[in-house]
Amino acid sequence: MPLLWLRLAVAFYGLGLVYSLLLLSKRGDVLARVAGPAVGLGMIFQLVSLVEFAVLEGKITASVHHSESLLAFVIMVVFMIFFVRYRTSSPGIFVFPLVFFLTFASATGPQGFALSSPLLKNSWTIIHIVLIFTGYAGLFLSFGASLLYLIQERSLKSKQPASFAGRLPALQTIDEIGYRALLLGFPFMTFGLIAGSVLAENKYGSMFFADPKVLLSIIMWLVYMVLLYTRWNSGWRGRKAAYLAAFAFIAAVGAWAANYFSRLHRFNIS
Amino acid sequence: MNFFVIGVNHKTAPVEVRERFAIPESRLPEATKMLATYPGIEEGMIVSTCNRVEMVARSVNGNADMRGFLKQLYNIDPAEYEQYLYEYRSTEAVRHMFRVASSLDSMVVGEPQILGQVKEAYATARAVGAVSSQLDALLTRAFAVAKRVRTDTSIASSSVSIASVAVELAKKIFGSLQGRSVYIVGAGKMCELAARHFVAHGVGKIYVANRTYERGVAFAKKFNGEAVPIEHLYETVDKADIVLSSTGAPVTIFRKEHGEKFLSRRKNRPMFFLDIAVPRDVDAKMNDLDGIFVYDIDDLQQVVQSHMSDRKEEAAHAEAIVNAEVEKFEERLRTLDVVPTIVSLQEHLETVRQAEIDRLRGRLGELSPEQEMAVDALTKGIINKIMHTPITTLKTAAKEPESTTVIELVRRIFNLHEKAKDETVKTGSPQSGPGK
Repeated sequence: MPLLWLRLAVAFYGLGLVYSLLLLSKRGDVLARVAGPAVGLGMIFQLVSLVEFAVLEGKITASVHHSESLLAFVIMVVFMIFFVRYRTSSPGIFVFPLVFFLTFASATGPQGFALSSPLLKNSWTIIHIVLIFTGYAGLFLSFGASLLYLIQERSLKSKQPASFAGRLPALQTIDEIGYRALLLGFPFMTFGLIAGSVLAENKYGSMFFADPKVLLSIIMWLVYMVLLYTRWNSGWRGRKAAYLAAFAFIAAVGAWAANYFSRLHRFNIS
Repeated sequence: MNFFVIGVNHKTAPVEVRERFAIPESRLPEATKMLATYPGIEEGMIVSTCNRVEMVARSVNGNADMRGFLKQLYNIDPAEYEQYLYEYRSTEAVRHMFRVASSLDSMVVGEPQILGQVKEAYATARAVGAVSSQLDALLTRAFAVAKRVRTDTSIASSSVSIASVAVELAKKIFGSLQGRSVYIVGAGKMCELAARHFVAHGVGKIYVANRTYERGVAFAKKFNGEAVPIEHLYETVDKADIVLSSTGAPVTIFRKEHGEKFLSRRKNRPMFFLDIAVPRDVDAKMNDLDGIFVYDIDDLQQVVQSHMSDRKEEAAHAEAIVNAEVEKFEERLRTLDVVPTIVSLQEHLETVRQAEIDRLRGRLGELSPEQEMAVDALTKGIINKIMHTPITTLKTAAKEPESTTVIELVRRIFNLHEKAKDETVKTGSPQSGPGK
C-alpha cells in the first residue's frame, strides 16, 4: 500500500514538474493555478505513504531509495512554508523537478541494498535523519533562491526586463527567501549533525569521523556557516552567495551519495 | 439598433479643430439635453475630452440628422469640417463605443482615464434624462466590456511613462516601496515629477541635494523631505535606496569607485540609480557592480517603448473581445425588441391552450365539429381578453424610455427567455419558474 500512495504522489508531482518546465514559456499562468493544488495533493499522498510505512515497519526508512521519498517530502514542507509566507511559487522551478525525481526514484527504482540495522528503530536515529533532511531542504531552497536572484538581477541589469523574469518576485523578496531558508535550515542541520555524532560516538567510538559521509557532511556544514556568516557580516548576496550555495549543495549531494560507500551509514552492521 | 455616433478625435482632427468642438463641463448638461431633444433623436450623450468630442445618439426610426444638430449646437457649417468628422451607425456605432470605453481608440492605447471620462459623460446625460433605455443598455455594456478588456488582457498593466517605469523598476528591485528612501540630486522639474510618483507609491524619506542649498530646501519642503548640502553628497547618498539624479553637471558625478564605497557601507544592500540628466550624471560602468542598478534616460525610454509594443500586441486580443461583445449585445437588443416579445408571448399562451385542451379531451368525450369549434372559440376568447391589456401596455411601453425594463419583466414573468433561444416549444404547465 505505501507504494501505491507514493505512486499517486508521483503523478501529482509530475504536474508540478510540467509547471516548472513551462514557466520558462508563456503559458505558465494557467498552470500556476493547477500546480499549487496538484503538488499539495501529492504531498498528502506522500505523507500517507510515509506514515503508513512507519507504522507498519516501526522505522522511517528501509533503503536509500526509500529515504529519498522522505527527503522529497521534507523539501516540499519547507517550500510550502515559504509559499504561504511569500505567496510565490517561483522557487518551484527548482524545487518541483527535484521533488519529482526523488519521489519517482523512490516509487519505482530498485530498492538497492536494504538498511537493516536495528539502529534505524532508535528514535535518536529518526530524529537525526529528520533534522538533517530539514537542513538539506533549507539549503536547497536557498540555493534555488540564489539562482532566481541571479536571473532577476541579470534581467534588471540588461535593461530589458524580460517577460519570464517579469513573473519572478522582486529581487528583495527572492533575497529574503534565500536568507530565511538558510536561517531555517542551519539549526536543523547543526542539531542533526550533533545528534548523529552522539549516536555514532556511542556506537562506534571516535573512529566514526573517518567515514566519507561524515566528512562530507562536516564540509557542507562549514560552507553553510560561511554562507550565513558572509551574509550577516558583509551582506553577500547574488552571485557570491549563489557560488557558495552551489558549493554547499554539491557537498550535500556528495554526502547523500556517500551512503553508497559509507560503512557507517549502510546501517547493516549490527 | 438605431445608434449614431458623430465626432472628431485625435486621429481625425488637429487640436485647433478639436478645440472648436470641445464643450466645457459647465455647458455639457445643456448641450446633452439639446441633443436628446433634437428632432428625430430619442436619447443622446456627449463625450468631450481633450482628445475627442463624440455625440452618441439613438434615433426613433433609424434616421437622425446628426450634422443638422452640429450646425445648431456650434453654429457652424458642418460641410466645412467634413474632412475631420467621422460617423458610425448601428453595429459600427456600438463597436466604436465599446472601443472608446476600453481605451482601444485612445492616443496611448490602454490609458485608464478615458473610461472615467465616458462614465462622467454618462452620468451627466442621465442626470438630465437624456439616456434611458437602449442607449443606457449600450453604455452599461460598454463599461462592462472595458472592465473585461482590462482584466482579461494585460493592455493596461505595463507602464508607459518614464516616471511610472521608474517606479515599476524600483518595485522589481525592492518589492514594496514602503519605507524606502529616495535621494534626489538636482532640484529640476523632471525630478519633481518622478519624486511625486515615488511618494504616491509609498516611499518614505526623501533627501534633496542641490547646488544652491536654498533651492534644495524649498524643494525638500514640498515632499516633507530633508535638504542636504551638496558637499556632503558622497557621505550621505548611500542612506537612500533609490537615487534620482538630474543635474546640469558637465561631468559624471557618480563613478564606479563611489559605487564600491556605497556598497560596502550598505553591506551590499542594492541601490537603484535613476539618471535622468543629459549629459549623464552616473557613469554607466557603475551598472557592472553587483547590487547597483543604473538606468539612464535612454534605458527608461527603451522600457517605455517595449511596453508600448506589448500593448499593441495585447490590443489585438482586446479587439477580439470587443467584437464578440458587440455580437452578444446585438443579440440581446434583438430579444429586447417589443415585437418578438409579443409574438413569443402569444405563441407561449397558444401552446398552453392547446396542451390543456388535449389534456381534457378524454374527459370531454366525442365532440361534434360544432362543439369542437365552440371549445376553441371559448378558450381563445379567454386568452385574448386576458392578454389584451398586457399587449397594449407592452406596445405603449416600447415608446417609453423604460421599455427595456418592462419588456424584460414580461419575458421573465412568462419565462420567455429560453424559448426565444431554442425554438423548441415546450408543452406542459406554464408555472415553471423564470429561467436563468
